[in-house]
Amino acid sequence: MSSFFDIFQQYDWDQTKAEIYAKTAQDVRQALLSPRRSLEDFKALISPAALPFLEDMAQLSHKLTQKRFGKTIQMYIPLYLSNECTNICTYCGFSLDNKVRRKTLTEQEIMKEVQVIKDLGYDHVLLVTGEANQTVHTEYFLKVLRLIRPHFSQISMEIQPLDKEEYGALIPEGLHSVLVYQETYHQEDYRKHHPKGKKSNFRYRLETPDRAGQAGVHKIGLGVLIGLEDWRTDSFFTALHLRYLEKTYWQTKYSLSFPRLRPFSGGLPPKVEMGDKELVQLICAYRLLDEELELSLSTRETEKFRNHCIPLGITSISAGSKTNPGGYTAATDSLEQFEISDERTPAQIADMIGRQGYEPVWKDWDKAF
Amino acid sequence: MLTIADKTFHSRLFTGTGKFSSSSLMQQALFASETELVTVALKRVDLQNATDDMLFHLQGKAIHLLPNTSGVRNAKEAVLAAQLAREALETNFIKLEIHPDPKYLLPDPIETLQATEELAKLGFVVLPYIHADPVLCKRLEDVGTAAVMPLGAPIGSNKGLKTMDFLEIIIEQSRVPVIVDAGIGAPSHAAQAMELGADAVLVNTAIAVAKDPVQMAIAFKMAVEAGRMAYLAGLGAATKSAVASSPLTSFLDV
Repeated sequence: MSSFFDIFQQYDWDQTKAEIYAKTAQDVRQALLSPRRSLEDFKALISPAALPFLEDMAQLSHKLTQKRFGKTIQMYIPLYLSNECTNICTYCGFSLDNKVRRKTLTEQEIMKEVQVIKDLGYDHVLLVTGEANQTVHTEYFLKVLRLIRPHFSQISMEIQPLDKEEYGALIPEGLHSVLVYQETYHQEDYRKHHPKGKKSNFRYRLETPDRAGQAGVHKIGLGVLIGLEDWRTDSFFTALHLRYLEKTYWQTKYSLSFPRLRPFSGGLPPKVEMGDKELVQLICAYRLLDEELELSLSTRETEKFRNHCIPLGITSISAGSKTNPGGYTAATDSLEQFEISDERTPAQIADMIGRQGYEPVWKDWDKAF
Repeated sequence: MLTIADKTFHSRLFTGTGKFSSSSLMQQALFASETELVTVALKRVDLQNATDDMLFHLQGKAIHLLPNTSGVRNAKEAVLAAQLAREALETNFIKLEIHPDPKYLLPDPIETLQATEELAKLGFVVLPYIHADPVLCKRLEDVGTAAVMPLGAPIGSNKGLKTMDFLEIIIEQSRVPVIVDAGIGAPSHAAQAMELGADAVLVNTAIAVAKDPVQMAIAFKMAVEAGRMAYLAGLGAATKSAVASSPLTSFLDV
């Protein structure tokens, strides 16, 4: 079975990076004018040469996003089921070597969390776990899906990579979307940041969207952890991955996130910093590449930044997130994966969205499908 | 260079053998076009005769034959025709044409999908003639098609790229070569298809019925090359006038 790995191997990191940094203002102008943008255009749009064109990119991104999505912003919220993890990831609060109390929610605890989330107004939920295949396995996920499906219209999962057959088993029980971030497409750095656990297998993770696509998952979410490596080069590889997936699993939708490395207790500082300007540039570049792509922004970002991003090309946003299992019902934040920046409630975020002339959308799917 | 299955082509102009006033004129025109893939209607070839006149005139150049199933009305007949063609012409390339409608010769998408799946399983390199339907193209890819041949306009109509918006979507999404077939009536149409990013075009009527088929063949050859060159060079878009609007990124400067 061919996979993205075959295409990925034809590219060289250093050469790709050099090509991005060699792009000129003329390349950017051409990319802005092009009716159908190529990956070469994308390289120009994420290059330093595009920074003086940021306002042009933003105006275009704004228009294209409204054309496709209208004036709406989808609301989502994570539900952390477990922080058990057998991987060591240098940047993550759930890393095996991080001394925190481990917790996997029981059915009763999950239902308590579901109640709070429902009371906040949510109808879509994103289930999140670490990777602990002994306890948090397909059987556990099946149990959770059967338990919570009656309460949500759409269920997404950001969990350990699974096999095609496992995804296939979860879909009829209500799995809609799979989010799996490559973290970085730089193979040596990936090895450095993932020294232990199943996640250290770069190729298995890289081929996860292929397996999800083959299983017929409705939507697949991609992304890298910005800060681990040169974000421009990593973003190019994300776009390459996206284009491959769109052509191969053409019945699947795609979404993208741009998490910037956030501090957690005892974690690494980012190797490569990305400023707000560059994040706006990246959001707009993705929109200019792909009008259909869902772009989401989490509570990792600050209040001010999130307010201004609403008209820029973002299509979904989280609010009121807790990143620890039991976070919505327990008082303590001590088990969290990362610190959040924007602490506003979902109602406050919905109000902010409404004041900008957009409608916050809580339900955009039906379990009858 | 264009690759389809195990064959590579320098020329992106595919041609046909029908409608010429004589085999020798056909030969002159096709040689002048420098085409390397020529479609032949199975129904027109004398399979019993090892020295078929038309095939004889195609010898001596690096021309591959692309037998087509023109005349069949459904998948079953198409598979049978393809097997006959493979045996007679010693090629596993097949241009799949299923048009039950004898008036406009429009392709049947359902029978074409079925036949493509079956022929791909039998080891054929299938090039199906289809409507410019992007979803059908993806379905054909899923069952193992080697290329897709969407029409620009009804066959023989010389109307050009009436399906342009859909051709653009097909070209954007395709994982197999896209060959624009049917409706190309002038070299400018061929150039336009190539500028859009088509991998090749197939032209028959416009060359065969021209007053001077040899000159027209050369004109098409040049148009295809020019269109491809322009595509690779990167076309600039028509400039849009700027519209003043309130700035979206000024918050980054404070």
